[in-house]
This record gives sequence, C-alpha cells and structure tokens, in this order.
Amino acid sequence: MIRFEGVTKRYADASGTDGGAGSVAVDDLTLEAPTGKITVLVGPSGCGKTTTLRMVNRMITPTSGTISINGRDTASLDVAELRRGIGYVIQHAGLFPHRTVLDNVATVPRLLGTDKRTARSRAMELIERVGLDPAMAKRYPAQLSGGQQQRVGVARALAADPPVMLMDEPFSAVDPVVREQLQNEFLRLQSDLGKTILFVTHDIDEAVKLGDQVAVLRVGGVLAQLDSPAKLLADPVDDFVAGFVGRDRGYRALSFAAAPELSLTDEPTVRLGAGADEVRAIGTPWVLCVGDAGEPLGWVRAAAVESEVTRSVLHRGGTVASTTGSLRALLDAALSSPSGRGVVADADGRLVGTIRAAEVIPAIEARRDAASSGAAAPSGAGTGATTSAADRPAEEATAR
Amino acid sequence: MTWALDHIGDIMFRAGQHAWLAGLPLVLGLVIALPLGWLAARRPRLRAVLLTTTGLLYTIPSLALFILLPPLLGTKILDPVNVIVAMTVYTVALLTRTVADGLSSVDGSTRQAAIAMGYGSFARFRAVDLPLAVPVIAAGLRVAAVSNVSIVSVASLIGISQLGYFLTDGYARSFPTEVWVGIVACLLLALVFDLVIQVVSRFLTPWTRVVAA
Repeated sequence: MIRFEGVTKRYADASGTDGGAGSVAVDDLTLEAPTGKITVLVGPSGCGKTTTLRMVNRMITPTSGTISINGRDTASLDVAELRRGIGYVIQHAGLFPHRTVLDNVATVPRLLGTDKRTARSRAMELIERVGLDPAMAKRYPAQLSGGQQQRVGVARALAADPPVMLMDEPFSAVDPVVREQLQNEFLRLQSDLGKTILFVTHDIDEAVKLGDQVAVLRVGGVLAQLDSPAKLLADPVDDFVAGFVGRDRGYRALSFAAAPELSLTDEPTVRLGAGADEVRAIGTPWVLCVGDAGEPLGWVRAAAVESEVTRSVLHRGGTVASTTGSLRALLDAALSSPSGRGVVADADGRLVGTIRAAEVIPAIEARRDAASSGAAAPSGAGTGATTSAADRPAEEATAR
Repeated sequence: MTWALDHIGDIMFRAGQHAWLAGLPLVLGLVIALPLGWLAARRPRLRAVLLTTTGLLYTIPSLALFILLPPLLGTKILDPVNVIVAMTVYTVALLTRTVADGLSSVDGSTRQAAIAMGYGSFARFRAVDLPLAVPVIAAGLRVAAVSNVSIVSVASLIGISQLGYFLTDGYARSFPTEVWVGIVACLLLALVFDLVIQVVSRFLTPWTRVVAA
C-alpha cells in the first residue's frame, strides 16, 4: 500500500521577487493506493499528477507531508534502495539505446547485485511474458517499434519483481490500436502479478478502463474525487469531475455492469457459400452468417446476394456481445447491428442467439431500480473500489 | 621522393616523436576533460565559468606557452614535458565543451529512467551517460588530434625534435622538398590518429549502426 498523508509540493516562484508562497503543484493530498490494485491519477495538465507520482520514488521531494510504502516512510529509506524496489515505466519507455533489449531488462537485477547469467535468464522470461518474440532480445531499442519499446519498458520495470510500480502515461505515445492491445495485456499481466500500481494518465477513458480506483485531480493539485470507475461515472461529485469524465457517461458506466441472464431469440443462420434461394427462404431482410464452428461472421442483406454468400457481402459493422460480457457490450451489439438484433456469443465465441435494444433496456431499468432501493449502493455501481479490473466484464469483441 | 627515401629512418624517428608529443596529451587531456565536462554538464552556473575559462586557454599562442611553461613548471626550455603540458592544455580546452555537450545530449527520458531505476550519479555517468556520449566525444577528439599534430610542429622553433624539424630546416636551407616531406608526414600522421579514433569509437558504439525498425 502506498499512502500519501497531507502531501504538498510547492515550487518557489520563478519571478521570486514578491516573496510570495510560489506555485502549488500538489495541495495537501491524502490518498491510499491499496496493495495489489491499480490506482489511476487522472486530470488535466497542471493538476500535479506526475509530480505526485515522482514524489513516491523521491525524484521530487515533497514540501510537506509523508509518503509511506507498506507503512515505511519513504523519506527514511536509502534513495537508491527505494528506487530499485519500485518499477518505473514512462511515456517514451526511456530505454538505454546502447544496451540490447535483454540487457535493458536485466538492468535493475544487475544493480541489485544479481550475477549476469541469472539476471539475463530472468530478463528473457520477462521478455516473453510481455508478449515479445525472444528473437528481439538481442536487438537494440532503435530496432523496435514504439509499442515494442513500451513492452520492453514494462518488462524492465518488472525485472526485479518490485511490489510497487509507478507508471507515467506509459501508453500515451503509441497509436490507438497498439494502445488498446497494450492496455489489455497490461490488465492480463496485472491479474497474474497483483502489483500495487500508481498509474498516471490524462485520458479518462484509459483511467476508467484500467483503474480499480480513480483519483481525479484538478489544477493546483487538489484531489477532486477518489472512487471506483463505476462510481465516478455514475456519481461525479461536482461540475469539474462531471465535465472531465465527459459525455456518454451513462452509457460508459454500463461497462461495469455484468450482463444479466436474458432470454435470447434463436437466430436462423446460413453458412458461407449458401445459395441466394436459401438466404431468401429465411424471409428476413438481414440474415446472420456463421462459420464452421458456429462463430458469427456477419450479417448479409438477403437482397444483395446474387448467387451465393461470400465474405465480400458480409456487413462488418455489428459488434458481438458475450454472455459473460457487460450490459454495455450487449446494448452496443443491438445498436450496431444492421438488423436491430444484437448478436450474442458464448465464452468460446459460438453464436447463442440475438437480442433487441428494447429487450436490453428493461434489464438496465431493473438494475437501477434495484440499486436505488438498496441504501448501501446509491449509485447503483456494479463493482466497488475493491473489485479488481481483471474481474470486470470482458470487453466487447468486433464481429469478424 | 628520393630525398624522402634516403631519409626514411630519420623521418620515421621524428614521426614517432611527433606522435608521442601529440598523442599522449590527447589521452591526458581527455582524462582531465571528463570530470570537468561532467561538472559542467551537472551545474549550469559552473558550466559557463568552466567553458569560458577552458575556451580562453586555446587562444594562448603555442610558442608563448612553450616559453612560459618552463619557469612555471621548473623545467628546462628543451624539456619535451613543456610540449606535453602545453598540448594537454589545448586538448582540455577543446574537449571540456565536447564532453559537457555529449553528456547533456543524453535523451531526457533515458536519463529519467536511469535515475528512477536507482543509479547513483557516478554509476549513471559510467554506465549510461558516458557510453551514450562516445560519438560526440569521439568527434571532439578527432578535432583535437588534428589540432595537436599541427601545433606540435611549432615546437621545432624551440628545438624539440619532431616532424616540424623538416619545416624549419627546409626553410633555413631554402630546400622546398624537405618542407613538403614535413607537411605530408604531418598530414599522414593526422590521418592515422583520425583513423584510430574512428575505429575505437565504432567498437564502442555498436548500437549506432543498427537499422531502425
């Protein structure tokens, strides 16, 4: 557990002539990042989130207040020792250009006195663990893409198996597709490792996706709200948080609500290669096409089939919800489907049935009614601050 | 050409002396410039003072330095130590800025990561900043090497034996061939220095030649 107690960071004024108090970067922050959980610090630029992070490993010294890790005041520890016990990942990875990937990852174990062989074999394990080809180990950072460098950065931070990790916008410098991959793998890794993580981002969507709890900071380093992502979306404390959390929050909050068991409608299907007559015989304007294993491939407009169903006539817009997914994925599947019937698959990706938006809405209403009758959970949030991100409903998959 | 071949022994001997007088100060100068450059890179205020002072040293005429040094060092005027010290002064003058620039050129996120991983300041200098500064330092060394080879020849005016002897002797005897031999020999020696520095630098920086992803 990382604990901030009344932590303030004040910088002397740059002009410095008026004898003023200077600018405050972090203002009397009290916060706990629980063991084994991801705590995300989010806020606009100037909210002191990076300053807060860097005070933990004493790259910045607080003006007042104390920061403790598992009950030990960080100010009382040897600074090099403290830092070697904390994994640190930053935006541009900050790899050592003159060292191979393997030696980059082996850095902290080597600093801790582990012999070269052991450090390297441990590094090799981590390179594979973060999803890199072992052949990359001999390369230099300049030979890697941004996403690969970031994976190396994560592997390097994990190399000495530190209980605590500090991550400063680690996924901000890569393109959105790679970012999402990295985020998903990061959550998978964290569900195995259970590190105590303090994560800084300016991206509220990332904060809500990754955080077990999210701390929203306002300019001047004041903590505006500390809550679970679901609570944050459902019940922002003030206009600032509401504005920062952004639009669509009612919809986005459904990400944290597991899909209830709803009765699905059986959907008649065709296979690839089915003739035009077979498709039209079903009698609906849109017909669902499935693959050999029963996995949904996409919708076909019956009138558009000339001789047989081919991949090129498949409509790709619809998302597929999972029975183990979230209400949001379920509603999205219905909304994105050209037929209005949302495709639902089981955990193995096989078609189970379809559902209309009008059938999902009552489930959402019922959830709200249940929540407002229970005084303990006025927000109706499905998950509390202590639920791990890994326990969340799975993300929606796109129909292929 | 015949003259050069007839005197090849003498030329090689003086080239060896020349290499010693220019090369040893290069090493000594680098050893002194490394800590000075490190200080300059760490302390912005000290940087201005250090770089101005060392930069000014380079403006002292070499002949003046060769003559001024003996009373300062308590050496005889013909002692080669005077030349070694003078050339070291020039090398320091050229390299301090280069070392400071090289160490400051290390990418901000790389430096930040090194600090956050628990490198102490000396360990970081040795393991991260210095290896990354090698290409910049090597470039500065090449300039200093050529400069040293050229300036050492002036020492023949005070009677220190090296390739410059052929220049003064040839001039005194109105014998242009000998002057040309001296010039070409200096040039070749400078090229050898340059080549050695490049080879060592390449050996130390395999990462600079990889093909980007």
